[in-house]
Amino acid sequence: MLEKSFTKEEWTEALKELQSAYKVFVPVKEGDFHNFRPLKNGAKPSFDFQNTRLSAKSIIFPQSERMFEYSLDDSKEDAHIIKETPKDFSTQAIVGIRPCDALAFQLVRINFDNPQYRDPWWIQRMNATTIVGFGCNEPCASCFCTSVGSGPFCEKGLDALMVDLGDRFLVKSLTTKGEALLGALKSGKKADGTVLKQAQELAKGSEKKISSTVPTDRLKDKVVNELFSAHFWERISFACINCGTCTYLCPTCWCFDIQDETCGKEGDRIRNWDACMFPIFTLHGSGHNPRDKKLQRVRQRFMHKLKYYVDKYENGVACVGCGRCVQFCPVNIDIREVFGLMNGY
Amino acid sequence: MFEYTRKIREIARKLLEKGTVDVFIGYRKGTVAMMNEPVLIKDPAEVDFLHWDSHCGLNLCNYLTGRTDRIGLVANGCNSRNIVTHIIENQIKREQLYIVGIPCRGIIDHRAVKRAVGNREILEVGEEGESFTVSGKGFQEVFQKKDFLRTNCAVCVHRNPVEYDEMVADPVPELEGVNPFKDVEGIEKKSADEKRQFFTQLIASCIRCYACRNACPLCYCPTCFVDESRPQWVGKSIDPVDTMTFHFLRAYHCAGRCTDCGACERVCPVGIPMRQFTKKLNKDVFEYFGWEAGVRADQRPPLDVYRVDDYNEFVK
Amino acid sequence: MHNPYLPYPVRIDQITTETEDRNLKTFRFVFLDPEDEKKFSYIPGQFAELSIAGKGEIPIGIASSPTEGGVVTFTVNKVGQVTNYLHNMKEGEVMGIRGPLGNWYPWEEMEGKNVVIIGGGFAFTTLRSSIVYMIHPDNRPRFKDITVVYGARNPGMLLYKDELAAWEQRDDINMHITVDATDDPNWKYNVGFVPTVTEQKIKSADDAFAIVCGPPIMIKFTQPVLEKLGFPAEKIILSLEMRMKCGIGICGRCNIGDQYVCKDGPVFSLAQLKRMPPEY
Repeated sequence: MLEKSFTKEEWTEALKELQSAYKVFVPVKEGDFHNFRPLKNGAKPSFDFQNTRLSAKSIIFPQSERMFEYSLDDSKEDAHIIKETPKDFSTQAIVGIRPCDALAFQLVRINFDNPQYRDPWWIQRMNATTIVGFGCNEPCASCFCTSVGSGPFCEKGLDALMVDLGDRFLVKSLTTKGEALLGALKSGKKADGTVLKQAQELAKGSEKKISSTVPTDRLKDKVVNELFSAHFWERISFACINCGTCTYLCPTCWCFDIQDETCGKEGDRIRNWDACMFPIFTLHGSGHNPRDKKLQRVRQRFMHKLKYYVDKYENGVACVGCGRCVQFCPVNIDIREVFGLMNGY
Repeated sequence: MFEYTRKIREIARKLLEKGTVDVFIGYRKGTVAMMNEPVLIKDPAEVDFLHWDSHCGLNLCNYLTGRTDRIGLVANGCNSRNIVTHIIENQIKREQLYIVGIPCRGIIDHRAVKRAVGNREILEVGEEGESFTVSGKGFQEVFQKKDFLRTNCAVCVHRNPVEYDEMVADPVPELEGVNPFKDVEGIEKKSADEKRQFFTQLIASCIRCYACRNACPLCYCPTCFVDESRPQWVGKSIDPVDTMTFHFLRAYHCAGRCTDCGACERVCPVGIPMRQFTKKLNKDVFEYFGWEAGVRADQRPPLDVYRVDDYNEFVK
Repeated sequence: MHNPYLPYPVRIDQITTETEDRNLKTFRFVFLDPEDEKKFSYIPGQFAELSIAGKGEIPIGIASSPTEGGVVTFTVNKVGQVTNYLHNMKEGEVMGIRGPLGNWYPWEEMEGKNVVIIGGGFAFTTLRSSIVYMIHPDNRPRFKDITVVYGARNPGMLLYKDELAAWEQRDDINMHITVDATDDPNWKYNVGFVPTVTEQKIKSADDAFAIVCGPPIMIKFTQPVLEKLGFPAEKIILSLEMRMKCGIGICGRCNIGDQYVCKDGPVFSLAQLKRMPPEY
């Protein structure tokens, strides 16, 4: 294991240096908030944030991704034959991801990589990625990571962890991938005992700062159809406007749509993020829609995360407690309350 | 503001107890600072959930579409204008409604407040008359409401409801001498290329979550053109051309109907000021037809009416 | 790395119009690469995604039986964008097939048992596959009595009319064809709804499985008939339809509770369905 300490200037320089071997994604301040962007063309990394507005999921699972391509030109021998689009799966690094968002990759892996079917794009991109987490010194009031198997300094799913020590970053490797990344950097000095102790104290202190908790202990034992027909869905769903904010901001929402798009005689098959809040998500060709009511859709989202996933994979809830949906739901539907209602029903 | 809240609860209780309405729609104090949750109350015992403050920025008219029961609801100036539009467009009947009018002092721009405290996390907001206090870990600041109103509220000339059954307080004075279209005029001066660049930049961060469309009381089409698959008018990826098409066309669908309530901007998770699209159309409709949406219930909106004396040749 | 989203290229070998309203056509496909045909090894009850470049994909039950070999067929109802386009395609044109997908009817459990097949309308496709499979000389001894109740709105709306007539002639399968109504004086089969005919013709649930495929209304009214006859919920087998995209349990669209209809289904027993949320 490597443990190195960098001054903040050294770290910024080190990230630039890293670009010779990695495509580097860093948090970049855009207007009022941060998002992950490739470190190139002068993008300036900024580690002064609580969390990025969008999670890092799009780096592994882009919002729109070309799957296949084809030609509709009948004069071509391969007309109408759908073919793989060449893709770049070269080595990349996500630097500065919060532990909650990193854990999300572990939760959704079971969907994209299961014994029966393997999503080639998600898997190859994930395999090519080194994840450098960023300990959370100041968790948001709406975060509840410690209730759902993560924590402000949780190391699950990380290859390395950065800790902000005020004037410097401590970066420690946790896996061989992380060691390779850290080993490739010339700068930084071996972290001494004082620095390590400081980081430990920060981690402990930060965990205590988590002010939101949610109960999950009884979700597994609930009878699915009883929860499904619970009376509280009517009240919880009333305010919902069926937008995609919660699903698109959520690091663990993985649903997608597949669309064909053509331009002249050439075309692509594309997959786009989709949202179970949209009525057309489940609309059959016949016109029948098993979830044509808002209540059904809101219930689906919470049941999926807090019950169906729990039952299907025995891997806890499909929520990492990042608090984005709590903060940005336009109508203030609060998943923390739903945890309580479902667990206590 | 507490006085408003007290009065809303009192009226709602009276309406539900007497059976004047079946349900009452208002706001409940949110679990996050500066966010309130639209709530539907059926039981008079639950009226104490009802709440009003300067963060009730979501348009409740959204929740009326297609309802067949008798509804009581709170409505400030813009919300009441959307109710009028809904009535004109046959989305709800006036007889179904009991409108509790709110003389509105403007809704606070939560993004501006966050910016003013350096995007530190705000945990609490209190209101005292014309000022409000925001506090978080290690900070507390007092601001004047007038400096932090949403940009639509700062130029609003219909703060009082245009249609109501009962008011929670005396009307507030309307703003005078404001130019609601100052920013539009700035854009109009740009060249075509500059405009394209401006709008491209404006929506660059759009994730097509459709929060703006869904928060808009005008967007009640059973199937929105972006969701239609036969024919498919617009692509569903985040290709900038498709995203632009969505925003432009949606704005056009709101021409002569938009009350500039600001709900679209308020709900956007990435802070796109999409009123820059709708306001131009509001301005055009005002200049060409002298029309402000939702102000009068006794006239058809200019874009859904035919008149033989129309100055355009094509109608003749 | 194997790509489960990539369709096999196929050529449309034959198109048959099935019904008088011309909304149902059967498409027979031949794989462009014979190797792909081997990879496309299926069991009756499974489905596949028909994939048209520029239009998209639709999940359709496989109507042919693996015992037929060489070709694979699908009967497609003209409802949406992709199916409308497909209906206008010509023999010889190239498109794609992705699969086989999903689970199948419980052939191992049904071995040595009586099998009652109940179908309605255009949902008869995977039931056709099943019947052809069961009456193949290699398989027929594996099952006891085979009884089929199949109904459509009127005689013109029945699928696979020639085959139905041929099956009527056989003595190793009991056919009960019915129509909701007809003014055809030459109609020699039953008139009446599927649940009613089921009640009249099926005498016993002893040692039997029932496979039911049809419109929701038919299923709704057939279910109590079967339960009254004594079929336990474990032996009432249904095949569900759901809007799908990926077909492999990844895109998250077709779930009922924690089950994906595309991967964990489309075949479920009534007993399973009763434990799942009623959302289909």
